[in-house]
Amino acid sequence: MADPPLPPEPLLPAPLLQAPLLQVCGLHAGYGPFEVLHGIDIDVGAGEIVAVLGANGVGKTTLNRALSGLIRPRAGSIGFAGADITGAGTHDIVAAGLIHVPEGRRIFPTLSVRDNLRLGAYLRGRAERARSFEQVLELFPRLRERLAQHAGSLSGGEQQMLAIGRGLMARPRLLILDEPSLGLSPLLTEELFALIASLHADGLAVLLVEQNVVQSLAIAARAYVIEHGRVVLAGPAAALAGDPRLKAAYLGL
Amino acid sequence: MSGEIIAAALVNGLLTGGVYALVALGLTLIYGVLHIVNFAHGSLLMLAMFAAYLMATWAGIDPYLGLPLVAALMFAVGWGLYRFVIGPVSRGEDRALLLATLGLAVVLDNLALVLFTGDTRQLETPLTFAMWQVGPLLLSVPKLISFAVALVLACVLWAFMALTDTGRAIRAVAREPEGARLMGIRPQRMFALAYGIGVACLGAAACLLLPSFYVAPSVGNVFMLVAFTIVVLGGMGSFPGAMLGGLLIGVTESLGGLFLGESLGPICISVVFIAVLLLRPTGLFGAAR
Repeated sequence: MADPPLPPEPLLPAPLLQAPLLQVCGLHAGYGPFEVLHGIDIDVGAGEIVAVLGANGVGKTTLNRALSGLIRPRAGSIGFAGADITGAGTHDIVAAGLIHVPEGRRIFPTLSVRDNLRLGAYLRGRAERARSFEQVLELFPRLRERLAQHAGSLSGGEQQMLAIGRGLMARPRLLILDEPSLGLSPLLTEELFALIASLHADGLAVLLVEQNVVQSLAIAARAYVIEHGRVVLAGPAAALAGDPRLKAAYLGL
Repeated sequence: MSGEIIAAALVNGLLTGGVYALVALGLTLIYGVLHIVNFAHGSLLMLAMFAAYLMATWAGIDPYLGLPLVAALMFAVGWGLYRFVIGPVSRGEDRALLLATLGLAVVLDNLALVLFTGDTRQLETPLTFAMWQVGPLLLSVPKLISFAVALVLACVLWAFMALTDTGRAIRAVAREPEGARLMGIRPQRMFALAYGIGVACLGAAACLLLPSFYVAPSVGNVFMLVAFTIVVLGGMGSFPGAMLGGLLIGVTESLGGLFLGESLGPICISVVFIAVLLLRPTGLFGAAR
């Protein structure tokens, strides 16, 4: 007997409304002899968009790499979905639902678009994968036309879509987007921010690391401004938008 | 010279090329994923040949029947070598990785000399001298078997890399290890797996060679040079390149031997090698990087 068709499950989990989804306390991290982050405190609530702003080289990417386990924090703690993930391996962090879409996309250029998406769900079961696959293609119809192509042959905008789509295949609870608008045309950037807003509307929490201050603040609930490896400014996005200290942080004054 | 002799040499070369291709496939897989030339390749083939030889002489297991066993054993050897020797020694540095495999070759070759002396041994199986008459051609049965099995194994390996999650993960790690980590793939595991599979190819090749080839501690050198030539000729890291390159070198060697004699014949391999690289510097199937 055939099973009755299952009702479509949402791609994104329902928000949990108690403790913050991500809680970072006093995080120190760096490379070799250089410490880049000198005690960062950040939290992201379930289903919240939080922007991390700051000029080049202040430690935003280092923060992301520490959160996703690519580098080991030197001190401080990272809590995610009620568990302590400080110093955990990247695969465990991915399994927990914290997905990092890195700067520069890091897609697999010699693999087809389809295989790139498949590998996004590497730690997920077959049934889940098939469902996510359809949902991601609905979100990015342009990827459907390119499924058999090598990912390396896509345009920059398409590659960015693929990177985000690949991240969504892992069924994240928190999506870290590192400079997603880098190298995109103004029109594509616009599309990208609309997409992030729609993911948020579906209940996904997003940590948005961007140079594009105006648009980031427009869709984020809250924002942190980082300077020299420390949070120098934090608060609701609307309040920060008019704060003269924000501009100062960008100009490095 | 009669056409029949040339045809026989052609077919013979093609058949030998099958095993060359299998050895080169292992080398090209390791190169494609780890981006190093596995200098221990020949020595590991020698090790596998001794394993198959000892299995046949001590336990009486025919090399063809023992093939899955030796391949599995060599997979374990390769996986363990990467996991506990090559990986830890290199700490992710390509140059150190290269030296680790070179050191491994020296150790294995000399260990074999101590254990087995420099003597050349030949295993005689019921099929060693078996021939099969096809029209005017007289074909060696062990070579026919080795060609067929090598071809099947190459297809299995291709299917594994193209159609399974693990195969895709290995290919992903080859070009973008950090992106792969962010998908929950553990690169070091994939590297160990790729090295293990590359070495398992040698286990299979050893069993296919044994009924018609000698065993000695230095036997790996013969194949190392040929396999390396094939991999460069076919395009570094390319599967179809290794297959086609293997067959091409097999035929070249055979025809070269026929026309120029055993000692001058191998020149033809170098001539073909240089000619291909002059016309296509990236190899037959190489992608420009």
